[in-house]
Amino acid sequence: MGGLDLADIQPSPDAPQSVPALLRRNASQFGSSPAYREKEFGIWQSWTWAETADEIEALALGMLVLGLNRGDHVAVIGRNRPALYWSMVAVEMAGGVPVPLYQDAVSEEMAYVLDHCGARFVVAGDQEQVDKVIDAQENGPGIEHTIYLDPRGLRKYDHARLSSFADVQAKGRAATELKAELATREGELTYDSTCVMLYTSGTTGKPKGVVLSNRNIIEASKSSSEFDHLRRDDEVLAYLPMAWVGDFIFSIGQAYWTGFCVNCPESADTMMTDLREIGPTYFFAPPRVFENLLTSVMIRMEDAGRFKKKLFDRAMARAKEIGPKILDGKPVTGAEKLAYAFDRAMVIGPLKNTLGMSRVRVGYTAGEAIGPEIFDFYRALGINLKQLYGQTEASVFITQQPDSEVRPDTVGVPSPGVELKIGDNGEVFYRSPGTFVEYFKNPESTADTKDPEGWVATGDAGFIEEDTGHLRILDRAKDVGKTAAGGLFAPKYVENKLKFYPDILEAVVFGNEREFCTAFINIDLTAVGNWAERNNIAYASYQELAGHPDVLASLQGHVEAVNRSIAEDPMLAHCQIARFLVLHKELDADDGELTRTRKVRRRIIEEKFGDLIEALYDGSTEKYTETEVTYEDGRKGKISATLEIRDAATVGVETAQMAAE
Amino acid sequence: MLDQSTGGYTTADGRKIGDVVMEMRGITLRFGGVEAIKDISFDVREGEIRAIIGPNGAGKSSMLNVISGFYHPQEGEVLYKGSKRPPMKPYQVARQGIARTFQNIALFEGMSVLDNVMTGRLNHMKTGFFAQGLWWGKAEAEETKNRAKAEEIIDFLEIQAIRKTPVGRLPYGLKKRVELARALAAEPQILLLDEPMAGMNVEEKEDMSRFILDVNDEFGTTIVLIEHDMGVVMDLSDRVVVMDYGKKIGDGTPDEVRNNQEVIDAYLGVSHD
Repeated sequence: MGGLDLADIQPSPDAPQSVPALLRRNASQFGSSPAYREKEFGIWQSWTWAETADEIEALALGMLVLGLNRGDHVAVIGRNRPALYWSMVAVEMAGGVPVPLYQDAVSEEMAYVLDHCGARFVVAGDQEQVDKVIDAQENGPGIEHTIYLDPRGLRKYDHARLSSFADVQAKGRAATELKAELATREGELTYDSTCVMLYTSGTTGKPKGVVLSNRNIIEASKSSSEFDHLRRDDEVLAYLPMAWVGDFIFSIGQAYWTGFCVNCPESADTMMTDLREIGPTYFFAPPRVFENLLTSVMIRMEDAGRFKKKLFDRAMARAKEIGPKILDGKPVTGAEKLAYAFDRAMVIGPLKNTLGMSRVRVGYTAGEAIGPEIFDFYRALGINLKQLYGQTEASVFITQQPDSEVRPDTVGVPSPGVELKIGDNGEVFYRSPGTFVEYFKNPESTADTKDPEGWVATGDAGFIEEDTGHLRILDRAKDVGKTAAGGLFAPKYVENKLKFYPDILEAVVFGNEREFCTAFINIDLTAVGNWAERNNIAYASYQELAGHPDVLASLQGHVEAVNRSIAEDPMLAHCQIARFLVLHKELDADDGELTRTRKVRRRIIEEKFGDLIEALYDGSTEKYTETEVTYEDGRKGKISATLEIRDAATVGVETAQMAAE
Repeated sequence: MLDQSTGGYTTADGRKIGDVVMEMRGITLRFGGVEAIKDISFDVREGEIRAIIGPNGAGKSSMLNVISGFYHPQEGEVLYKGSKRPPMKPYQVARQGIARTFQNIALFEGMSVLDNVMTGRLNHMKTGFFAQGLWWGKAEAEETKNRAKAEEIIDFLEIQAIRKTPVGRLPYGLKKRVELARALAAEPQILLLDEPMAGMNVEEKEDMSRFILDVNDEFGTTIVLIEHDMGVVMDLSDRVVVMDYGKKIGDGTPDEVRNNQEVIDAYLGVSHD
């Protein structure tokens, strides 16, 4: 990697250097193609690029009438609607900084952010958001003016500091004398002016305002659009929160760069229907959405008639073989082609249509690990589902999977223009044209995260596969440790592999500074209970089921399968699980073992079940233990059990010798 | 006491309430020997939310049925917009701009939400059966117009997601909302709601209250409602009529009614010794 400073890349002088400039380009070059669609009153209403430019300009002028100054922050709050996207571009056009906020934020959170960025104006979607802004104003610096979209319920409000979107636009259209001023401000925008400020959701501490410049947004959009060959006739459905960087890149950055159409659903509840009607060609969803879709399909297939079920099962089994091969352009035999064509006509085509994915050319998922079977299901249907890895500070893209190199266990190769390096502790660092400018009013955090050479720490540990160049993310860097032999210890990586089995609800892996790795396993009562019912296994309690020999045997099978899969990976082979036990109680947030968002709290578990960990390492085959539990009504009690500790077969690695004696 | 003599008043939240739009004068309704309503008089002003409350069997629903033209009282008269209303059939009353919802949901279960809402537009359709069947000529334009109005109401009541769902598959709370939608589709001047919140949980009640207020606010519709839930009534309505055993025992703002000794007795019970 050379010493080239990426932040100095300049676009060719005639290329658009800001989002409003891209808007002007689109309006003049293909003004009559659709830019936005929104379903309202049961009908898809659409706006061309020329109409969009007109709407945005009217709003920008209206904001000048209200007194927007250069550098003013304007908060935008609401569900995905064209008018709110226009607001963000209009604010930038008028020299301000748009700050989209999460619409489900409570008013205290909103108050903090509004106060932190010193917003003078707010564009709010409806009465609910206006109410929150009014609440937030009570002990903050006043918002000077709030512009609302949906007038419903707002008629009686004091309109001294409140205007409807349509009114502001009307005032803007009337204010022809301000056109020159708007043109001046628009002309002042450069590649380095702020395009947008996004607050990170802030799982730890207060949210931080990430300042992204036109350079960040346009460079990231440009290279990612080229990476996936996005075209002007692509369609996206904008349904993810507007305050999330991904939505800004997909629905503004890439949309303005390539000129494709952004479709907004009628309401949050109609998203699935709207998805089917639009049939997007480019689609992003977090793993949770793909999981829910798959579950709903599977449940409906269980209820289907025997013939249909059989047809479906047969087709899916074949598609899992052939579908990914076709997607990746690998050779397929004539017989396979014929079989897939038949299945596509009978099963796969209709199923894709039901899912609203008939036309998906590029689909992405990101955010957390996605189960391989979920991933394989969509790939089998011929949906080009890929993973990417990114964060707000990078304007989304750090790595992406190229077509034909898609695997569930990696997050792909560095996106165009992105440099990667792995720190001494395994932490992933990146540097790219999309790297954020700074955290707003927070130079210490900026310095902590981004070094003077522009390298940004992701906080995630991972490694780059030598033969393929793909990045693999293991865990949060602070959770990664070393085994006694000095190898990398990545508990979450192993836990995720275990949790992909439906009958394992939770797993906690130990091994930091130990000779070998061990695990606690929690069974999933629904899945295992269902299995017990089908196999005529009687049980009276969770504890009894968890200790049943047949359950243990099947879990041992899973652990050994996971071990085999880990062993394929020389860097992590020593993380195989040598011994495990199945816990006698479900890990619970009420007992402090999990966070409220169901993340494992390692320290607390290590303390609380110290005796069991001891037993995992001292070679005993069973252990009596007592644990304090909190009942739902707050009373405390104790449960006791004798737990069986099992050895699991590991695959040929010297650090994974069987227990101490 | 509110000043009844002048033409209207202004509510605490700044809504202007207009003239008397409907007046009941000495209404008495008998079923054989049973007097369901005994000599009741009250008025409804334009743009207000008027509640009729009372314990079970007080005669509230009978009163609403008198207003909607379903029952014809033996004595007394109904004045609508200043003139005496002759005995009418319910459909004639509906044409005068009065729409209602029912205590027991009365929707077409097999039809979609949209079709149910469209039935509320019946009084706004003038083309004939055959023209509509063939979707020809004026019928086409008329249906487009009516559909647009129906969609406006679907949007207003936030039931877009169930637009095409058969009503029979909906949960109770949503059915109530669909019924409100159908009544609104008629673009009524007076909307009669018979226990709109009956059988709902707290959240559904809150939603429904919000919608009732919004309807009043947005369309300026005068609303007459019957409700059991005192909390809801007191928060929602501008003026309240209290009935007990067919008699009117109170009439006024929620605060006045709340402090009325007779009303307290009727609701909490009192020993007669």
